[in-house]
Amino acid sequence: MTVNGQPRQGLCEPRKLLVDFLREDLGLTGTHVGCEHGICGACTIFFNGEAARSCLMLAIQAAGAELGTVEGLMSDGKLHPMQEAFHEHHALQCGFCTPGMLLAALDLLRTNPEPTEAEIREGLAAVLCRCTGYQGIVKAVAAAAGTLRDAVETAPALLRHHPLP
Amino acid sequence: MKPPKFDYHAPPTVDEAIALLTRYGGEAKLLAGGQSLVPLLNFRLSRPAALVDLNRIPSLAYVREADGYVRLGAMTRQRTIEFSPVVRRRLPLLAEATAFVGHLPIRTRGTIGGSLAHADPAAEYPTTLTALGGEVVVRGPRGERTLQAGDLFQSYLATALGADEILIEIRFPAMPDGAGFAFEEFSRRHGDFAIVGIAAMIIGQGLSCTAARLATAGVGPSPVRLRGAEEILEREGLTEAAIEAAARRAATLVDPPSDIHASADYRRNLTRVLTGRALRRAIARIGGPECPTLSSSG
Amino acid sequence: MSDQRAAPPSPASPVADAKGWIGRPVKRIEDARLLTGRGSFVDDHPPIANIHAAAIVRSPHAHARILGYDASAALRMDGVVGVITGADVARLTRPFSVGVTAPVHYYCTATDKARFVGEPVAVVVARNRYLAEDAADAVAVEYEPLPAVVDVERALDPGAPVLHEAVGSNVAGHRRLVYGEPDRAFAEADIVIRERFRFPKYGSTPIETYGVIARWDPLEGAYTIWSNFMGPFIMHPLTARVLGVPENKLRFIVAPDIGGSFGIKSSMYPYMALIALTARCTGVPVKWIEDRHEHLLASSSGTDRIAYREIAAREDGTVLGMRYRWLDNVGGYIRSPEPGCSFRPIGNFVGPYRFQHLEVDTSVVMTNKSLTGPNRGYACGHLYFETERMMDLLAERVGLDPVEVRRRNLLQPEQFPYRTPTGGLYDSGDYPAALDKAVELARYAELRREQTAARAAGRLFGIGVALAVDPSVSNMGYVATALDPQFRAKPEYLPKSGAVDAATIKVDPAGRVTAILATTPQGQGHQTVVSQIVADELGLTPDDVTVVDEMDTLTRFWSISSGTYSSRFGSVGTSAVALAARKLKAKLVEYAAHLMDRPSDQLEFRAGSVRLRSGTGPSYSIKDLAGRAHWNTESLPEGMEPGLQATAVFGFTVSKAVDENDCVNSSNTYGFIAEVMAVEVDPETAAIKILRYATVHDAGTIINPMIAEGQIYGGALHGLGGALYEELQYDEGGQLLTGTFMDYLVPTAVEAPVIDIAHVVSPSPLTPLGSKGLGESSSMTVPAVIANAVSDALAPIGVRISELPMSPSRLWELIDGARKSAGKA
Repeated sequence: MTVNGQPRQGLCEPRKLLVDFLREDLGLTGTHVGCEHGICGACTIFFNGEAARSCLMLAIQAAGAELGTVEGLMSDGKLHPMQEAFHEHHALQCGFCTPGMLLAALDLLRTNPEPTEAEIREGLAAVLCRCTGYQGIVKAVAAAAGTLRDAVETAPALLRHHPLP
Repeated sequence: MKPPKFDYHAPPTVDEAIALLTRYGGEAKLLAGGQSLVPLLNFRLSRPAALVDLNRIPSLAYVREADGYVRLGAMTRQRTIEFSPVVRRRLPLLAEATAFVGHLPIRTRGTIGGSLAHADPAAEYPTTLTALGGEVVVRGPRGERTLQAGDLFQSYLATALGADEILIEIRFPAMPDGAGFAFEEFSRRHGDFAIVGIAAMIIGQGLSCTAARLATAGVGPSPVRLRGAEEILEREGLTEAAIEAAARRAATLVDPPSDIHASADYRRNLTRVLTGRALRRAIARIGGPECPTLSSSG
Repeated sequence: MSDQRAAPPSPASPVADAKGWIGRPVKRIEDARLLTGRGSFVDDHPPIANIHAAAIVRSPHAHARILGYDASAALRMDGVVGVITGADVARLTRPFSVGVTAPVHYYCTATDKARFVGEPVAVVVARNRYLAEDAADAVAVEYEPLPAVVDVERALDPGAPVLHEAVGSNVAGHRRLVYGEPDRAFAEADIVIRERFRFPKYGSTPIETYGVIARWDPLEGAYTIWSNFMGPFIMHPLTARVLGVPENKLRFIVAPDIGGSFGIKSSMYPYMALIALTARCTGVPVKWIEDRHEHLLASSSGTDRIAYREIAAREDGTVLGMRYRWLDNVGGYIRSPEPGCSFRPIGNFVGPYRFQHLEVDTSVVMTNKSLTGPNRGYACGHLYFETERMMDLLAERVGLDPVEVRRRNLLQPEQFPYRTPTGGLYDSGDYPAALDKAVELARYAELRREQTAARAAGRLFGIGVALAVDPSVSNMGYVATALDPQFRAKPEYLPKSGAVDAATIKVDPAGRVTAILATTPQGQGHQTVVSQIVADELGLTPDDVTVVDEMDTLTRFWSISSGTYSSRFGSVGTSAVALAARKLKAKLVEYAAHLMDRPSDQLEFRAGSVRLRSGTGPSYSIKDLAGRAHWNTESLPEGMEPGLQATAVFGFTVSKAVDENDCVNSSNTYGFIAEVMAVEVDPETAAIKILRYATVHDAGTIINPMIAEGQIYGGALHGLGGALYEELQYDEGGQLLTGTFMDYLVPTAVEAPVIDIAHVVSPSPLTPLGSKGLGESSSMTVPAVIANAVSDALAPIGVRISELPMSPSRLWELIDGARKSAGKA
């Protein structure tokens, strides 16, 4: 498989969940485990360019796929505009849901580049946060939508290969 | 919450998948999108001897339109359906229902075949299949057969699929030109399963109604086709009085459960309210810009 | 200990002068690592090698005698290293101390009986979690099921199943507290109103669950436990006692990043003891990461409560007195720090009102449900839901606007600092100003006009008000109120009190400043806030200040009250930092004075340098002084310690033990919240739509308004969760019905309201910066304000809210019932 643009491989039981494989076998601890039944979204990654819950996939299903995790958002040592926006708008407190939020937000903007506030909230409902009351996150995504619309190179490496559906 | 041990197979063809199901004699489960099955595995509520993963069979995912039907491969992702120009044009009720299915990351992996085979009566796809009069194609060791929605869904999480059969295609008659439609749902939070959901399609003009289709989610062990309510509209037209009467009738046609989220009485009340709301929205759409069209552009 | 009644803090407004950092919305230092997936949560970076995984076997029965265990099959399975059962726990550990005199034996697993579904009964250790769960499936436990009881009132019936035979009943503790003359107040009252309330069992469910890694060193005879435990660190000596080791042989190390807690991670210490014991018995380091099902089943939550309230008042709406009768359900055992569920807000039992006569009769009851403990707003969500509903009922009875009836009863600014009848000491506040501001922010008059028009059109439009005194920084002594005064008077009883924290600031040879604390933050931005304070004190910028915030009981200064809970960082933590910075400054001035051979009162510290007040002569920057101090200790004045650092320990002197009249100042600083909410209820679906929500907070000096706003938004949503969505529901047999996130409904971004926020600032005279704390904030008021708003909306049909949560189905049943009894269809 490819993870954040790098070829990676591993060996595990068929039942090993993808999120556990990422964290334990690949050392990518930025993706978090929050519920293991697909509701909280803390485990959200990019699977072939689309946000998906890694707690609901088996590692073995990712063979041959291109994965993106939060660790792949920065490029050339600079924060992605979505990360910048989260920082500017206080969109995180404990940070545990943040990797999932970032990726879910990016996927939302790819399918809906100019969302209304209601649409942002609906898109963010894919990830649960218990710290922020979501206000900072909504503001950050709205701001990032503007930035990403204007930027020439809007997608980080992990998204580049997969155009919109 | 880690899954128990199981054998794992990812066959490249449907026939090999069927052979595996046969080999495991009912102790194997099909893995489609995984959005319903993997939680069950993680909770160890399901302990199959083997998983037969359908995700390596690319021929099972497609959206095709021909001869007045839209055919979807069972492994077509909900996300693909949501954005498919063919679906938006010919089955806009299905596109609208899809927006209620969980959240986008769930729709990335979830499939229409998986959703129908899982048969959760509070889900959106079984209801929509019922409302649109769709059918499914099922293949097993003894060949293929076709099932109508009413025959497919038997009870809560139970279908007529045999242990060695695979749902391979879903067929919908394309919605008639200019048909009005609406999917109305009430849930506790955005993205939850429906406490009550109503799928509606109305074919008519002005105040006359050629055909009405109404189906429920969340009010019984399977989707309920509200024929009694449909008849009122077909007989009396699309007046406000007929809508009210149809909505009231709808509530009498269901025998909903009580659970921690809602009482039976409340669900009955919601059936009436949401039927009314769905009908009004559907009727307002008749012949309008969101309707299904025969145009082949897009 | 230095004098904490420091001089009144400079700039009182939340926005300090242009050069100051306090009061500015400084962006967070913490973000960089958290945004890039480089956080250090407990499950991220193994601290040692050879860590094995634990899976806990849990009781499937709500109430059952445990007859025996058979781990033989499990022990033979792949990768399994050992199995610990309740028999081992009973043999090798002591029970935990409890906060009552009733003989409740609470161990880290069930021993004789299981008393709630999910109670740990055994632990399997294996090479990884998958294998451990396989083996856990194979552990056989023989149970004799017993009848269960989950309802807190039924648990008091004579024939009810009794959970703890040694106690004899299900009452873990009962106190009747009387302040003033409530009987006389009620006899003299023009109006007496009675109501029964029900508050649900729910918890903040942080997205990161409990995590524990434990190691036993047999040569040292010492345990090391890494975890995301947040304090209070009184649990450390408690746990040492349970494990039978001296306190210096039990090391708690807290992960630098904690994924939220909201009080919930204060109750994980029994699991820490269990996993530690498991490590010792199996001889390998053991890790246990709680999964979500376990968290919902057996972690911690607030209590469910039945409350009977009475209010005595005059015709003009003046409240003379109140009576509170509470039945708090703590679950199968009373686990410390319960019964904080009843007593945490004792100092502010009367809220913001002037009445002097109060009777509180509180029973803490055990039933076959999971255990309780601090949850955001600890006990105050319950308290203010009841009190603020009663104030609205009073308003209705006397025909006054709910805002007006509150105005008539509010404490006035000139009464501060105010000693409440129950011993609380409200340090500062201007409640009428905050209420006025909330009314203005909400455009209350306009809302009432809108309501009139809406009602004429048959719409269900309601407006709610809620006020609360926000108590921050527990005085540890408050829990002793659970004990009888006669018991407390015994010579062998040691009273408890205190709220303490420490900070060290050091300067390295090149003049760079590092602040060191041990406050276990879970997202509150402590590093950023500390950098602002130190920057202000030392004339630096926040980027110049490195902040280390790491708790390790072996290597850091800490006290029993340490930890991050009850919003204490905002007052105790920040005060320790400010005092340490001032101590360091004083040292710098003294050193520079020595170098200049001048008396130190001729010098001042300004903009990062020490110079003569006259402005002439040399100036020494921190860098200058640091270089000299480190490289040339001979240059230091006689008697001055080498190195350039200062440590301050801050403790509140207003934290005293409970007195013989059951009066205690249960907190140290008290903020205030006033809020207004407008809602519309859909008459057909009973869905509630929040149309406007305005909140005014007084938390004294606000150090970082951005962080403060985030806390308010987060707290409010926790309150909304309990009011509308979240409940840990059980069936009659004690089975948990909401054991997954499909059924336990955490609000999403769609359900979250937009909030209009304003501040009033009444600096605390008790802290150097005038700050209080506001971590719990609107979690205490939202259940009250939305219940009042919905009751107001439904007033035309005669429905009043007395139970939470208000699910659409329950609300509709009330509406439908009211319509039917009024003869309408």
